[in-house]
Amino acid sequence: MSAVLSRRGFLSATSAVSGGLLVGFHVPGLTQGAAGPTPELNAWVQVLPDESVVIRIARSEMGQGTLTGLAQLVAEELECDWARVKTEYPTPGQNLARNRAWGSMSTGGSRGIRDSHEYVRKGGALARALLIQAAANQWNVSVVECTTAAGVVQHGSKRLSYGQLAAEAAKLAPPADIQLKPASAWKLAGRPIKRLDTAAKLDGSQVYGMDLSLPGMLNAAIKDCPVFGGKVKSFDAAAVMGRPGVKKVVQVGDSAVAVVADTWWRAKTALEALPVVWDEGPNAAQNSVETAAILRAGLDAPEAAVGSSQGDVKAALAGAARRVEAVYSYPHQNHATMEVMNATAKWTPERCEVWTPTQNGEAALAAAAEASGLPPAQCEVYKLHLGGGFGRRGAVHDWVRQAVAIAKELPGTPVKLIWSREEDMMHGRFHPVTQCKLTAGLDAAGKLTGLHMRISGQSIIAGIFPQNIKDGKDPAVFQGLSAGGAEGALGYAVPNLLIDHAMRNPAVPPGFWRGVNLNQNAVYLECFLDEVAHAAQRDPLELRRELLANSPKHLAVLNAVAAKAGWGKPRAKGRHLGLAQIMGFGSYVAACAEVSVSKKGELKIHRIIAATDPGHAVNPQQIAAQVEGSFVYGLSAALFGEITLKDGRVEQQNFDTYPVMKMADMPAVETICMPSGGFWGGVGEPTIAVAAPAVLNAIFAATGKRIRDLPLRKQSLV
Amino acid sequence: MAELTVNGKRVQFEAEADTPLLWVLREQLSLTGTKYGCGVAQCGACTVHIDGAPVRSCVMPASALTPAQKITTIEGLSPTASHPLQKAWDALDVPQCGFCQSGMLMAAAALLKAKPKPTDADIDAAMTNICRCGTYNRVRAAIHLAAGQVQRKQIPIVIEGGRA
Repeated sequence: MSAVLSRRGFLSATSAVSGGLLVGFHVPGLTQGAAGPTPELNAWVQVLPDESVVIRIARSEMGQGTLTGLAQLVAEELECDWARVKTEYPTPGQNLARNRAWGSMSTGGSRGIRDSHEYVRKGGALARALLIQAAANQWNVSVVECTTAAGVVQHGSKRLSYGQLAAEAAKLAPPADIQLKPASAWKLAGRPIKRLDTAAKLDGSQVYGMDLSLPGMLNAAIKDCPVFGGKVKSFDAAAVMGRPGVKKVVQVGDSAVAVVADTWWRAKTALEALPVVWDEGPNAAQNSVETAAILRAGLDAPEAAVGSSQGDVKAALAGAARRVEAVYSYPHQNHATMEVMNATAKWTPERCEVWTPTQNGEAALAAAAEASGLPPAQCEVYKLHLGGGFGRRGAVHDWVRQAVAIAKELPGTPVKLIWSREEDMMHGRFHPVTQCKLTAGLDAAGKLTGLHMRISGQSIIAGIFPQNIKDGKDPAVFQGLSAGGAEGALGYAVPNLLIDHAMRNPAVPPGFWRGVNLNQNAVYLECFLDEVAHAAQRDPLELRRELLANSPKHLAVLNAVAAKAGWGKPRAKGRHLGLAQIMGFGSYVAACAEVSVSKKGELKIHRIIAATDPGHAVNPQQIAAQVEGSFVYGLSAALFGEITLKDGRVEQQNFDTYPVMKMADMPAVETICMPSGGFWGGVGEPTIAVAAPAVLNAIFAATGKRIRDLPLRKQSLV
Repeated sequence: MAELTVNGKRVQFEAEADTPLLWVLREQLSLTGTKYGCGVAQCGACTVHIDGAPVRSCVMPASALTPAQKITTIEGLSPTASHPLQKAWDALDVPQCGFCQSGMLMAAAALLKAKPKPTDADIDAAMTNICRCGTYNRVRAAIHLAAGQVQRKQIPIVIEGGRA
C-alpha cells in the first residue's frame, strides 16, 4: 500500500485529522462537547446519561499528576464510579465569561492541589447533594435516608444511577453550604491509584502543543536578538523568500525576526539563512565574570533588605568563641523543558485564538489579548498538553505574544510558532543568579549563638512583578527562611539571627524555576550548617536536632531519613552520608544521600532517602514520582547546570553545552510519605531544595572537600 | 518524490535532501508521536527504529534512507499498545509529562531486542535519553518488568486500581 503525501496532500490530510484533534477543544458544559447534552451540575461536575462523569480541571497537567489528584478529590465527595471519570479543561475564556467559576488557573508554586482542594471538593459534594435530592424527590423520602456509592443513590431497595438522575438534579438549587469529609473518611483520595492520563503517552497519540495541526496552518521559526535588550536593526527578507515553502518574513516586536513557511523545517532553515543585523544595545558586553564580581561586592554592601532579624547578630559574632565563615554561589539555570516553547495563533480583526501548552491559561489569555489588540472577551486560549513546565510556562507568556504578533501578519491563517532548542536555551526566563556569605558564631561549648546570612543577587520579583517590590525588598528571596508561617518557616532556633539581601540584578530575564529560591537557600543554609557542625566537631544530625528541638515537623522528616539511611551505623567501605532538611511550599522535606567518590574523583550517588510531610497526601505514589523527579531536577542543576553569558550572549545552546542528569547518573530513591494531617502542603517542588545539599554534604563526608560553587562538574573532587 | 517504508507502509513525500527523517515523519506523514527535543541527537526524544536499530531521527536525513529499510515509529511499535514495554510502562505509571516517553520506549524496545535480559549497566548504556520530569527509576524498573526479570509485586511502587 502506498500513501502519497505531497505538500498539498499533507495539508488536506491534516485537515482531515484535525477534526479529531479538535475534539479536545470543545467548549465544555456550554456548547456541544464530548460531554453531550446533559446540563452540568455545577462548574466542576457533569454527569452524562451513559454514566460517565466529566470532572473539570482548572489547573494544568504538566506531568506532576495534579489532574489525577484533583479528580480524586472531586470524585471522593461525589462518590461516583472512578472507572467512569473523564476530565476536561474549561477554557480561560469561559472562566472569564463565568466570573471565574473555576477560580485561578495558575499552576505553579506547588499550589495545584493545596490552593483549590476545598472548593473542588465542595464542587463534588454539592453535585452529590443535588443527585441525592433528585432521587429523594422521586421516591418522596428524606435525603438523609439516602446513601450513595459508585455513582448510585440508594434508599432501601430503591436505586437510581447518577446518569438517570443528572437531568433532574441539574434543575435543583444546591444547598447553601455543605460539610466535607474528614481525610480519615476518604476512600479514593489518599490512595496510591493510577494516573488518568497515561495511555496516550505510550503510543504517541498524546497531542502536545507542538503536535497541533489545524486546517491551512503555517509554521513559524523565530530568532530573538541574542543580546538581552537588543533590537533588530535590519534583515534581508528577499534573500530567503525564494526558498521552498517560505511564505513570509516578519519582524516580531522590536527584537525578533520570524520566517513563516509551510513546514517548520523549511521555516527554520530559511531563518538560519536570513541575514539579520542586530542593534545589540546596552548589554552587548555583559558577561558572567563581571556579574559574579558585582554580586561578590554585594556580600559586604552596607545596605541590604532584611528578611529575618532577631537578637543582636553583630554582638553575638563579635563575642563568639569561634567564628565560621563561607561564601557560596549558585548560577543561572535554564528550565529546559523537553518540549520547547510553542503556540499556535489565529488572528482576525474580530477574534484571536491561541492553542498553547501553558501553566496559566488566564495569563496566556491576557498575553494574547494584549498582543492581538483585542479585548479579552474576543480572545480565547485552548490549553494543550505540556511537555514539561517547571515554571517556564507560567508567569511570562513571551512565546504567546510572539505567536499572536506573527499571526496578525497573516489574518485568518493559523500559524504555529515553534522555538528551536537553541532559541529556548538562549531566551529562557532563567533561575536567578545569587551568592551567599554566611557567618556563624559558636560558644565555647560548640553551640550556635549567632548566624548572619547575606544573600546577594538577582530578584525574580523585580524582573517579573516589580510592583510587588516593597521598600526595595523582594520577600520571595527569603523562601524557606521565614520566621514563621505556613509556607516556608525556618525550623532552626538561632538566638541571634540576621538574614538579608543585597539586590543585584543583571540584565538577564529571571523566572520562577521549579523550586524557585528555596533551591539555593537550602544549599547555602544546609551546607553551611554542615560546615558549622564539623567546625564544632559535632555530628551534623545531632546539631540539627538541637536546633530543631522546637520544630517537631521539621525534626520528624529529618529523623525519618536519618533512621532509614542508618545514620551513625557502620556501612560499606567508601560509602558516606549527607543530610539536608527544609520547609517550603507548605511541606516539610528532608533527604539523606549516600555517595562514594573514587580515587580519581568520580562521584557515585548510590541512593537517596527522602521524606515528605505534605499534611495531606492525595495520591502517595504520585508524590513518590514527584520526589523522584525532584532529584533529577535538583541534581541536574547541582551537578551540571549553568547558564553563563559572554559578549552579552548566553553561551549554552543545547543539551551538549547544558548537560542534565541521565539514567546512568540516577540514584535509587526511597520515598517516605508521612502526612501528619491538619495542613495542605505542595509536593512538586520542595524536595528539589534538599537534593543538592544532601549530596554535597555527603561528598564532604567522603572527601573532606567542601563544594561551595556549582555546578559540581566544574569542581575537582580529587 | 521520495519514498520510504514507515510502520509497514510505503509512503511518498516531497522534501529537500537535508530534511531530517524526524520532520518528514512529523510534518509530511503526520506521525507526531516522534518528538523534537534538541535537533542534535542529544536527548533521544526523536528515537525511531531503522531495521530494528535505534536511530535519532533528528540528525538522519530522510534522503539517506531507502524504501528497503524498515522504519518503525512509536505509532508502529505495536498494534494496540500491547508491546511488553508499553504494558510495563502502564503498570508502573511511568510517564509524567510524557514528552520523552516515545523515545524512551523506542530505545528500550531496541535494547530488549538486542539483550532480552539487560543488566542495569546495559540499561545505563542504552538508555541515554533525557527526561526532565525524572522518570528514570520507573523506566528502569519497567524495562526489568517487561524483560521478566522481576515480578510486579517485587517493585516497591504501590499502584492500586485505576482504569484498564
